Amino acid sequence: MISKVGISPSRFWAMVVKEFIQMRRDRVTFAIMVGIPLIQLTLFGFAINSDPRHLPAAMIINDNGPMARTVLYSLQNSTYFDFVRQVGTEAEGRKILERGEAQFVINVPENFTRDLLRGNRPSILIEADATDPSATSNALGSLRSLLDTALQNDLKGPLSYLSSVTGPIDLQIHALYNPEANTQYNIVPGLMGVVLTMTTVMITALAITRELESGTMENLLSMPTRPVEVLVGKIVPYILVGYIQLLLILTAAHFLFHVPMVGSLVLLLAVAFVFITANLAMGITFSTIAKNQRQAIQMAFFFFLPSILLSGFMFPFRGMPQWAQMIGELLPLTHFLRIVRGIVLKGNGLVDVLAQLWQIVLFAVIAVTIGVKRYRRTLD
Amino acid sequence: MASELAIDVHGMTKRFGKHIAVNDVALQVGSGEICGFLGPNGSGKTTFIRMLCGLLKADAGSGTCLGFDVITESEDIKRQVGYMTQRFSFYEDLSISENLDFVARMYSLGNRHTAVNASIEKLGLVERRNQLAGELSGGWKQRLALAACMLHEPKLLLLDEPTAGVDPKARREFWEEIHQLAAQGLTFLIATHYMDEAERCHRLAFISNGTLLIRGTVREVIDETHLTTWSVSGPDLLNLARQLRDVPGIEQTVPFGNTLRVSGNDPEAVENAISPHRNSSYNWRPVDSSLEDVFIHLMNKPKDGPSS
Repeated sequence: MISKVGISPSRFWAMVVKEFIQMRRDRVTFAIMVGIPLIQLTLFGFAINSDPRHLPAAMIINDNGPMARTVLYSLQNSTYFDFVRQVGTEAEGRKILERGEAQFVINVPENFTRDLLRGNRPSILIEADATDPSATSNALGSLRSLLDTALQNDLKGPLSYLSSVTGPIDLQIHALYNPEANTQYNIVPGLMGVVLTMTTVMITALAITRELESGTMENLLSMPTRPVEVLVGKIVPYILVGYIQLLLILTAAHFLFHVPMVGSLVLLLAVAFVFITANLAMGITFSTIAKNQRQAIQMAFFFFLPSILLSGFMFPFRGMPQWAQMIGELLPLTHFLRIVRGIVLKGNGLVDVLAQLWQIVLFAVIAVTIGVKRYRRTLD
Repeated sequence: MASELAIDVHGMTKRFGKHIAVNDVALQVGSGEICGFLGPNGSGKTTFIRMLCGLLKADAGSGTCLGFDVITESEDIKRQVGYMTQRFSFYEDLSISENLDFVARMYSLGNRHTAVNASIEKLGLVERRNQLAGELSGGWKQRLALAACMLHEPKLLLLDEPTAGVDPKARREFWEEIHQLAAQGLTFLIATHYMDEAERCHRLAFISNGTLLIRGTVREVIDETHLTTWSVSGPDLLNLARQLRDVPGIEQTVPFGNTLRVSGNDPEAVENAISPHRNSSYNWRPVDSSLEDVFIHLMNKPKDGPSS
């Protein structure tokens, strides 16, 4: 007997059974539901590390005495610092920081060993790229005790008078680009890239599948069109949408978060064009692969998660293991973040930007090519 | 002579996996002709039409469509063919004029505004030109679709069940227009289920299970099938139908108003079968087989095994 009012267990069960049948029919969705959590768990579980070590450091060494060596060894042994290169001048060191080739420049001045032994408290200057405070804070925080312990072994016996309370070395740390360690200065420019990635990939991921699902694709294909016309025609309007979003974020960054704008706004807007196009192209390519809108959205998400987690937006890029960094290097967001932070906080110019930009261009070209190749010109 | 044929294809074949959707179909349609394309659901009508206009790649076959090679020159064919899909496939979130404008741009029409305006006027939709296509009723959608696929002045129109779900009045108007256009020299290939529509065509082609079974005018198709049909009136025809259905020689027993139509392929066998029931209570008379009788007969044929 079917009850007219109230909850019917039979109707409820009919719904449950139907949902299960539909879930089982859509194999791809089912695979994604089971497979993706597993992939993500292992991927991100091993990749993410909020205490980054082995950060690249450059050094300026003007003293070859034993104490200088002790200091450098101890830094290396701490595993926080990896000495990647030696530079001659401070200006050179600054350039390396600007380009993001090193996180730190460690400057050991002339006569360091002599001054130390004389009790003159020689200074060691450490300049850090502090755009992302979370990437440098642990390393910088450990410095003082690191150096004191290292020197304790050398300053024994007759030299023990040197390990006074004030410390034998005058440690000078310059946190560049974001001296107040204001995380918003790092996050807000980063959000620019994240928001653009999320919305633009999603918009175009639905582009072709929507035509397929509504049946308009059949009509479109019966007309004399070429894949490039359709795909690029679908991308261009959304570049404008991307720019509107970009301007909104820039306005908010300025008025709401007071993020400084050290570099050129025009350069940033020009670079954004490439980045927006790359993401739209990625979305279009998903769109040509997915069979329906739901799959397209799932693919967009599958792309979005590593973009957020492995690009250096949420966690310090250099904290990740090598393989995760390699995945990160493939993503346009990784490069765009470096560019945006470089322009906004460091005042990077065109030359510095190009080192990252070409990789986004390459990504866009590959994505469009796959999209055009995958675009079905027939209904087969 | 060959240029007189708008469609001239042979051996058209399409497989989807193991399933052969269209099997070795040949079709010739002359310029200015309205060719009705009949067949049950899933018989391969849509697949065949899609192969003609390059929407599907044929696995085998050759020939020409408007003088262009049907396999290699589908881009040229697309420019001169109007294809009206079974399901409304214009943008429901675009207005009538926006849809037409889109199509006009797609075919790079030089006189875009004139063409669109003329089309809207001819449709009689001047006041509703800004209405969204999705808000139109079924009949109007069909007319919009037809207008849109004729915007670029194609020479051949492929219409896939153009009047499905359209009321009789709209259907009649639709067909009047098609006949006018055919008189102007346009060629039509129209897939349909409706018998009254089939009878409005110059010629018919009947396809079943991917195989072309018969071609010709309505008269030719009916005559060639050699179907004998009797009409009977009397009491409890449903019971009579049940008794006759399994008798050898009887293919169909179809209730038709207050009568029952009984038909079969072999005239003698039919007469033998009905003879036990030819008594005073029933009124039997031989009638002309209708296109529908032929249609059902052809549909059932493959079940008897390959008849060719």
